[in-house]
Amino acid sequence: MFRNLFLAALVAALCAGLVTSAFQAWRVTPLIFAAESFEGSGETHVHAEGEAPAHDEATAATAHDHGEDEWMPQDGFERTAYTVLANVLMAAGYALIIGAVSVVFNLPVTFANGLYWGFAGFAAFTLAPALGLPPGMPGMPVADTLARQIWWFTAAISTGAAFIIVAKFRAPWALALAVALILLPHLIAAPQAPDDPTGVPPRMTAEFVSAVLYNGAIFWVVLGLAFGRMADYLAARPAAIPSGARA
Amino acid sequence: MNTSAVSTGVSSISLSQRLVAGALALLLGLTLLVGTGFAGDFRLHNGAHDTRHAMGFPCH
Repeated sequence: MFRNLFLAALVAALCAGLVTSAFQAWRVTPLIFAAESFEGSGETHVHAEGEAPAHDEATAATAHDHGEDEWMPQDGFERTAYTVLANVLMAAGYALIIGAVSVVFNLPVTFANGLYWGFAGFAAFTLAPALGLPPGMPGMPVADTLARQIWWFTAAISTGAAFIIVAKFRAPWALALAVALILLPHLIAAPQAPDDPTGVPPRMTAEFVSAVLYNGAIFWVVLGLAFGRMADYLAARPAAIPSGARA
Repeated sequence: MNTSAVSTGVSSISLSQRLVAGALALLLGLTLLVGTGFAGDFRLHNGAHDTRHAMGFPCH
């Protein structure tokens, strides 16, 4: 079982990680790059108008708190390679979490129900966090990172738990509890971004949010279906090919 | 609904085995998720920067 779980998660992670990488390269990363060209563009304007450079640096630091001497991948192949690697590792993380939920709660992932798993994952890890914390591009004003991360996790876990409860218990109380769990994080307000000026055009911001949500949907549907297909295959295999290893 | 071989495969395994497998998978999964999406270390942040933005993780 351990082997099957990890194998299914690995294959699903590769599929979903590579599919999201392709979509990101097409529709998401170009927007990130474009936003980066605006990062600090407001200050350049101000600078041209003769504002003090001290103010300049202070705004730049709040907008993007990276030291200049920090390591970061070179734009081009290196940056893309790191992004693909990060996508696959993140996908493996999600796939293993899905696998853990599946074994602990005895809710099998199959090709037939993979779409439900995908939609549940999308709702819990993309939609619910995005309602309180709209996906943002570099250079946009944001609230404290740790506070946002805590709220993000709360929204994801609470929404995910709601799905597990309705999957396990077909009863009115379970439905009521699930609705409460889905609402809960949104009643606790998410950390609000300050109203700082940003050079990123509003149209680009809207395009980015749509692209991130679409990307999340593709990622989760592929992850759910690939996980289910692989789990089906691995579960059927020992009967057909006696491998000796206990699955 | 799920009468496939997977369900019989999973349910034939004892609860404690399921919990151990689940805990292991969860631990590894969360480590990967936190490492790519949340860790504050600048190398992890900068390497996974575009992933974080594209997947809607809270970034800078």
